[in-house]
Amino acid sequence: MSTVRLENLKKYYGTVKAIDGVNLNVESRSFVVLLGPSGCGKTTTLRCIAGLEVPTDGKIYFDDRDVTGLSPSERNVGMVFQFYALYPHMSVLENITFPLRACRVPPKTIEEKVKEVVQIFQLKDLLKYKASILPPGDQQRVALARAVVRDPGVLLLDEPLSALDEKFREKMRSELGKLQKRLGITTIYVTHDQREAMALGDVIVVMRDGLILQVGSPQELYEHPNSIFVGNFLGTPGMNFVECRYEKGSLVLKGTSYRLKLERQDLIAHLVPYEGREVIMGIRPEYVHVDGKLKDGGLSLEVVAIEPAGRYRLIDFLIGEKVFRVRTDWELSLVPGRRVGLQMREDRLCIFDKESGRAVVS
Amino acid sequence: MADNDKKPGASPALVHSEEVLERFTKASDRVTMGRKTYGLSDRAFMFFFLLPSLFILLFLVGYPFITLIRSGFYNFSVLRAATPAKFIGVGNFTFILTDPFTWERFIFTGKFVILNVLVQFLLGVGIAYLLQKNFKGRSVVLTLILMPMMLCPIVVGLFWKYMFNTEWGIVNYILSIFGIGKVEWLARENISVYSVIIVDTWMWTPFMILLALAAFTAIPKYLYEAAEIDRASSWFKFRHITLPLSAPVLIIAVLFRMIDSIKAFDLIYTLTGGGPGSATQTLSFDLYKRAFQYFYTGEASAYGVILLLVIMSLSLIFIRYLNRLAAQNVRR
Repeated sequence: MSTVRLENLKKYYGTVKAIDGVNLNVESRSFVVLLGPSGCGKTTTLRCIAGLEVPTDGKIYFDDRDVTGLSPSERNVGMVFQFYALYPHMSVLENITFPLRACRVPPKTIEEKVKEVVQIFQLKDLLKYKASILPPGDQQRVALARAVVRDPGVLLLDEPLSALDEKFREKMRSELGKLQKRLGITTIYVTHDQREAMALGDVIVVMRDGLILQVGSPQELYEHPNSIFVGNFLGTPGMNFVECRYEKGSLVLKGTSYRLKLERQDLIAHLVPYEGREVIMGIRPEYVHVDGKLKDGGLSLEVVAIEPAGRYRLIDFLIGEKVFRVRTDWELSLVPGRRVGLQMREDRLCIFDKESGRAVVS
Repeated sequence: MADNDKKPGASPALVHSEEVLERFTKASDRVTMGRKTYGLSDRAFMFFFLLPSLFILLFLVGYPFITLIRSGFYNFSVLRAATPAKFIGVGNFTFILTDPFTWERFIFTGKFVILNVLVQFLLGVGIAYLLQKNFKGRSVVLTLILMPMMLCPIVVGLFWKYMFNTEWGIVNYILSIFGIGKVEWLARENISVYSVIIVDTWMWTPFMILLALAAFTAIPKYLYEAAEIDRASSWFKFRHITLPLSAPVLIIAVLFRMIDSIKAFDLIYTLTGGGPGSATQTLSFDLYKRAFQYFYTGEASAYGVILLLVIMSLSLIFIRYLNRLAAQNVRR
């Protein structure tokens, strides 16, 4: 299986910078997810890797072989398009065999390969149907089968689950993950859905405005976002951000009189240059403890709204003008208007620079 | 139910509720004009709207058509309208179908139609394929290419007649530059057929190009991208994606050109006048001569019916094929 390396990849459409210098290493057999809001350049990056777009600048390497100038057919990639792009006038069987027939693979080999993928994707009952009349879920399986039937070096997936409904998407998601591990194909997957990215990726690449913001494992990104954007983008709901002033080892929350005394020495060390200045404190909703008793000098806020979410509830508070969300279980009886005490887990605290949005400590 | 003064639920007697029930069921397929229900169904209402146009159609198409079929069974000429038409049964039909001259025309027309449509199809699809890609001045080229189609066939025939002139025509002049001697484009029996095909192709290939281009551009780009990823060659893409997906439109285009070629008259009339001899007379040219030069009205009517049947059965084959294509795309 191939490795993929992008070096300073750029793609401009006129003055629009779709990708503005992307560097990325994709290891062999790994599952890499390009994640970002629409228009962040993730699909363009994928299309450059596929060879469907010619980059304005930069290099693409497969296994240290420069493929930048090569056409898609010379790169040995498999791809599943967002809406599958099955050949509508062909049967499922013809669709799957298309990549093999196009390369004049002998019929005997075709038969063997088809048998193999039909078994993997459970397509036996669908083979004779026209691709265009299949429901999206089946189309997706056919598209995957077509992409992997000729053993591509790299598998590229462009939001393959977005056309499915919620329940089915979850099922296909877990199947896709298992399948990738089983086939061991280097996979690059594009999505704007952070839950999909978290569930599937060995490595997540968060992109924004044509640039990579952060690369890391799902857990790394979740616990240690390097910017406000990443913290906010990952997780449902995203991270809470509170404007604070840093004063002599304490954070003073703007809009309250609460003063959070820091114990962690590494935090304090990193915050030295910010003495007397404003910073953004970030904390995930599940790392705040809600307490019925109010403590002196502790943070106490009034419940604004409660949103049940299965085993948990999401409680909205207001700090200044901004919503501060906390995830909590059902033990404490809460009603809007009640004032409760809140304790933040200091070990889970992230601090961001107010101007750049970059993490100071995370 | 604006006119319902009794509330259905409140009616005590069984008789009443039955009446109410009837009223409910009938009202649904009646035209309720807000106050009163007339005994006019939606269907009848639509029919009344269609009636005027139906009448005009009947008058303009139905009547002449029936007259045509009727006079096919008579020995009759409009020149001798005073002489009563004589009923001769299928006499006209047997006469035409046993006449070796008619069969000559049939064979010529068949040859002309097949060659003509084939050349135009290949050229049209080929040029459309080349024109698919965006290049500088594409729209100008496209407009120029479509020009011949916009001209009047009579004018095209006359122009080419001069251009094909053996002694001073430009075609032979250009050929003479390359050292090729004089070709008698329109005066030789075996050459004039091809001359007619050349002119018809010059005029009508643009039609093929236009339809093929429309069909090609309707094919989504992502299919080609998928094929590109699947390592398909240009020919493989054309053969397995472009052609099958544009087939319905191409079939219609071929059908149009086929029917038009069978009917070809105006262009041939001015170009060769059907000559030399009768070498370039198509069936419709022959029909024209029988109807308006010899005024064998009864015979020409029968001829028209035969021609109509030929064209209709040809179209039927194509339409069957089209339907099959459509059915294939829905069948589960």
